[in-house]
Amino acid sequence: MKQFQGRVITPGEVSAEALVTTEGFNTLASFQMALQFGDKEVKCGDQNNKDLHGKPMIGKALCLPQTIGSTTGGLVLYCACAMKKNPACMLFANHIDSLAAAGAVLADVWVDGISMPVIDSLGEEFLQYVKDGMKITVKANGVVEVE
Amino acid sequence: MILTKEQQAILDGEQGETLAKVMKTLVMYGDAFEAEKLVPITSKYNHLVTSFGLKVMSPVYDLMQQLLDAGVASGQQFSVDPRPLDKKVPANPLQNLVFNKFMYTKQDFYEKQLEKLGLMNEDAFSCTCYMDEMGNKPKKGEILSWAESSAVVYANSVLGARCNRNSGIIDIMGSIVGYVPYFGLLTDEGRKATWIVKVETSKKPEAQLLGSAIGMKVMEDVPYVYGMEKWLGNELDDAACAYLKDFGAATASNGAVGLYHIAGLTPEAVELGEDLIAKDAKVYVIDDAELEHVKNNYPVVWKNPDAAPKFCFVGCPHLSLEQLKDWTEKLETALQKNGKKKVTVPTVFTAAPAVLKAFEQTPYAERLKATGVITSYICPLMYMNNPLCKKMPVITSSNKLRTYTSARYYTDAEILQAITGGKKA
Repeated sequence: MKQFQGRVITPGEVSAEALVTTEGFNTLASFQMALQFGDKEVKCGDQNNKDLHGKPMIGKALCLPQTIGSTTGGLVLYCACAMKKNPACMLFANHIDSLAAAGAVLADVWVDGISMPVIDSLGEEFLQYVKDGMKITVKANGVVEVE
Repeated sequence: MILTKEQQAILDGEQGETLAKVMKTLVMYGDAFEAEKLVPITSKYNHLVTSFGLKVMSPVYDLMQQLLDAGVASGQQFSVDPRPLDKKVPANPLQNLVFNKFMYTKQDFYEKQLEKLGLMNEDAFSCTCYMDEMGNKPKKGEILSWAESSAVVYANSVLGARCNRNSGIIDIMGSIVGYVPYFGLLTDEGRKATWIVKVETSKKPEAQLLGSAIGMKVMEDVPYVYGMEKWLGNELDDAACAYLKDFGAATASNGAVGLYHIAGLTPEAVELGEDLIAKDAKVYVIDDAELEHVKNNYPVVWKNPDAAPKFCFVGCPHLSLEQLKDWTEKLETALQKNGKKKVTVPTVFTAAPAVLKAFEQTPYAERLKATGVITSYICPLMYMNNPLCKKMPVITSSNKLRTYTSARYYTDAEILQAITGGKKA
């Protein structure tokens, strides 16, 4: 087990299975088909993301460097949260980007009963260490345990 | 974040709970970037990214309704991204059923919300709101609360305005309270280049391919690009602006670029030169082989990779008036050379409503119509954003469209050949 200290963007505690990408996460491309056409597993639709394409994202601890792409990204993430089709948490190796931050904040302020902890600045070592399927525990103080 | 008395009062709920939540959203958003303050928006108009009434996006329209019910409107009028549908664009009965009964059932409802919230006019739908014909062109140094990645990168880079890559919904929240958090691309420090890109190609690089390569390499960083003078000159004329529009859209969709500087051409590069380059900037050299490598690595998601193209979209982001004229001339020449009268692949050129109106006033409109090309104001991405299109071999010269859909990317020259000669692209 290894611990990583990050910065809390939106608070919460959760345990979930890791889903990892070392590439930029294109929020629109990843969610658009799954949300529109009722994919219960919310499989990643981004054909350009070799790590995630076709893998279920709902309820996972999504480990990523940052998000990229369209500025609909934040509202797509907000919609995923409002529809309860979001990852369990989002764990950023880098400083969070403006679109992911917007989505996390919009969900936190405007969606009742949502809890999707978002932690950033976990460092490059975090993404090198964590692998798909590992158990992730997010603490309220931004500590992320990986085992 | 230090708030003014007025901002703190809004946050404390003195102007109602809904406005307090809007302010809380902006403060939390700014806090994520250690923003020290909120600064006034100084542009005349805003630009929003959410233009589509998708049934699945109901949470967005519910939120907009909360704003309307609380009597909070945008302090600025705004333009918005393109409409998703246009009867002029061919669609089979099944597509029409999916579009009208399953996907865009909220379109009319949402457009009425936009009108109430402050839409500039009924034609204010385009990702290229900054075209002269559209009338939403910010000035150098103005602070914006825009979203739409291609418009934000254009406003920052070509116009010298200051705007972060705001998400949809955050965009309108800024203009509701009149402030945006001061961080990133709003600051002098955030506008410094952390990448030096040296373009060393033997011919003028395809705008959307060069942008893609740079976007994928630098992600959200700011690149300072050398080597473009001989291809673009030193003046931001129509041709250079159109090139940078397409280049920027690719940097923003294939990566997350919100600002680039082109040596000797874009306003801040002209004004500040190499002072814009941060210490220890990384270097990326782009030559012919690199561009070829990038292009060859795009995934082909057609069911049959060897299928003949059945549809073509050009104009993501929307074409400029000069691009429409230029394409008309190129099409006529190519059709004549290939012994054809009309395009051999159904082709749609997309542009802003006001640009299309201006185009209709020119003799080029009839000439383009004669080639069989259809013009439309839609968003090709919205048209293709469904499983039915995934089965269609669609070609495009837009790297943004390639990124989000099953459309296959080809250079402008390859597209021209494919749609005028019947030759498989």
